[in-house]
Amino acid sequence: MQHGKYRFIVGFLVAPLALYAIFVIWPFIQAIYYSFTDWTGLSPDFKMVGFANYTRMFDDDIFWKSLRHSLVFALLLPLVTLSLALFFAFMLNVGGRRRKGAAITGVRGSGFYKIAYFFPQVLSIAIVALLFQFAYNPNDGVINGTLQAIGLGSVQPDWLGDPNLALWCVMAVLLWSTVGFFVVLFSAGMASIPKDFYEAALLDGASRFTTFFKITLPLLWDTVQSGWVYMGILSLGAEAFAAVQIMTVGPGGPDYSTTVLPLYVYQSAFRDANAAYATTIGVALLVVTLLFAAIVMRLGRRERLEY
Amino acid sequence: MGSTSAENRNTGGIGRRDLIKRSAALGLISVPTMSFLSACASSDSGSEDKAKTGKKTKKNPLGVNETAALSVVIFDGGFGTKYATDANAEYKKAYPKVTIDFHKTQKIQSELQPKFNGGTPPDLIDNSGAQQMDMGVLVGKKQLTDLTPLLDAPSIDDPAKKVRDTLRPGIVEMGQFDGDPVWIMYYAYTVYGVWYSQTALEKLDSTYPEDWDAMLALCAKAKKKGIAGWTYAGKYPYYLPFSLYPFIAKIGGREVLDKIDNLEPNAWKDPAVKSAFEAYYELYKKGYILKGTPGIDHIQSQTAWAKGKALFIPNGSWVENESAKVIPADFNLAVSGPSGLDSSDKMPFGTIWASGGEPFIVPAKANNPAGGMEQLRIMLSEASSKNFTSQVKSLTAFNGGTDGIELTPGLKSGVAALDKAGDNVVNPRLQDWYVKLQKEQIGVSGLGEMMAGRLTPAEAIKKIQGYADAAAKDQSIKHYKHQ
Repeated sequence: MQHGKYRFIVGFLVAPLALYAIFVIWPFIQAIYYSFTDWTGLSPDFKMVGFANYTRMFDDDIFWKSLRHSLVFALLLPLVTLSLALFFAFMLNVGGRRRKGAAITGVRGSGFYKIAYFFPQVLSIAIVALLFQFAYNPNDGVINGTLQAIGLGSVQPDWLGDPNLALWCVMAVLLWSTVGFFVVLFSAGMASIPKDFYEAALLDGASRFTTFFKITLPLLWDTVQSGWVYMGILSLGAEAFAAVQIMTVGPGGPDYSTTVLPLYVYQSAFRDANAAYATTIGVALLVVTLLFAAIVMRLGRRERLEY
Repeated sequence: MGSTSAENRNTGGIGRRDLIKRSAALGLISVPTMSFLSACASSDSGSEDKAKTGKKTKKNPLGVNETAALSVVIFDGGFGTKYATDANAEYKKAYPKVTIDFHKTQKIQSELQPKFNGGTPPDLIDNSGAQQMDMGVLVGKKQLTDLTPLLDAPSIDDPAKKVRDTLRPGIVEMGQFDGDPVWIMYYAYTVYGVWYSQTALEKLDSTYPEDWDAMLALCAKAKKKGIAGWTYAGKYPYYLPFSLYPFIAKIGGREVLDKIDNLEPNAWKDPAVKSAFEAYYELYKKGYILKGTPGIDHIQSQTAWAKGKALFIPNGSWVENESAKVIPADFNLAVSGPSGLDSSDKMPFGTIWASGGEPFIVPAKANNPAGGMEQLRIMLSEASSKNFTSQVKSLTAFNGGTDGIELTPGLKSGVAALDKAGDNVVNPRLQDWYVKLQKEQIGVSGLGEMMAGRLTPAEAIKKIQGYADAAAKDQSIKHYKHQ
């Protein structure tokens, strides 16, 4: 039965792996190569410059700032998003009061909530960012309008125009737009946890709090871990880039308060015509992403539960 | 679905989950944004088989090959592209046998970068918009054709005149980087300055203030009526220089701006810069800036201004076209050079920043450079220039060409401002020489922070001087000087 298993697997994997090598791995190798040149991106001639781009990068304040912001994104955003999503999913599936004889049920109207949570997911991040850009408008944006309406007319922050708030404003938007996806993901996970567990816990008089930490979370751990990696990558890469590029002052400001690594790659390549330096920052981003994934995988390793 | 793992049931070998995990780990590599860069990696396959030039005649001074195809790429922005297709039709009329490959786009860089890298660029490009290709790099890497033959060719309207003699002041110089060759032909002509509603000023029984005391007095008067004095594109504070730089020149003379452009040490520490910064900072301190301005973009600030929430906005002459929908009919749009500081200013009131816009280039590796230049020669005729002006409410590089067409209020005011300025037109070059320095460092991190009240003028100057010094030292960017 085991005989020839590897040949079988390899046979199926050859084509996708070849495509992967050509379209993913090879560009990476090329990019690393270009990080040792002075290629502008606007003309085919360039020469090797050794580690010049790397020395430049290590002396570059803006690089360190964007690295710091990217790390804040990658550490904080998954934590908050997943915690919120777990809480919501738990309430939608398990947290309800007993009614109609069903032992385990979500809060009233949970079907509607699920759709409402998932809704932002169907909008592209570009649209979401644009919408929130209007909401954050200090003059006639909906947020300051609301503050005024509830009698907080004296509190009228500049939101994206304030370097102390801008980064948090962007994060809040990413949180808003991604949490629904994880609510649905975790709901699906929770639905597959046998109901008897919960019923047993209820019979023993366990509170919702205990039920969550002793049953739901351990059984959902693998899903949470994948979600963590996925969310981390979103916040290191594409989503953070789009939101910062569209929403913030400059973009990347005010005063570099929201620059993130992918934005800096983009600006170096397509504004400053310094594609070689952009690939150098890209290499740094690659390292950060790999480290992040490795750490999450290692920290998340634990014994599997069977049911 | 459960959180059990497959390998427990499947003794030995690679479990499903392990496989998924490993491929996920591999997939991570693909996420960072770098791979897209090498997608446009270079491949030097430049074709040297250019179209042969035709015979130079009086009617065809550039020697256009009458059968060679012409490819044109136009930025599809605030001015649209109709003016360009109209010019294509003229070209076709002159050379009926040619085919014209016309393409419009908003993504100049991402579409054309691979073509430059591959050595197959089009013959004529309007290198404009947010995705403009860096001119300094294009010039430095010898990717452009010298347009001197075009400038020395006879103009369409009067064969006794060279094209260069029909252009507005500064246009030819702007196309030069260092030395004589002219790499860029700016087609539009933009007037930068302080834009306002004549009607709004009349309602306050006022006229445009000529010095800073009058400016502050007017702002105080407006504030009492609940109107802010100024607003600007807070998200893009590099609009502020449109009125601030000529203000500096007016106070201290145009040499101050030249020194700044040349990245000379301590150029920003000139007393004129300090006075100008302090004057603008006073607008913030006295509360004459529209509340929330640092958090809004150019459209939002222009809209607030058009609704009468603020009197003045630093902007360029495209604002009339861009804000056409929100500017009320009785607005009476007008532009002025900056108010001066006081009577000790070196340049007279009316000193203004005006310069070329819509940069057209003919790539060095173009197949038909003569055709690209001929198309520009056609566009610089009086008829084509008028066509552009009446379509998009903007002047062109062609000097004149406004007689006999009805001018909109903003355009009329722009022409009047140019007349008033006479020779006192300044043309700071930071924004085309050092894009990052101008937009991000001076604009966002310096001026933006100062006008939001987070830096004092002295701190802003120190910070900006630091950025300028760093740019002067940076060997990876090409440096230019005023000739």
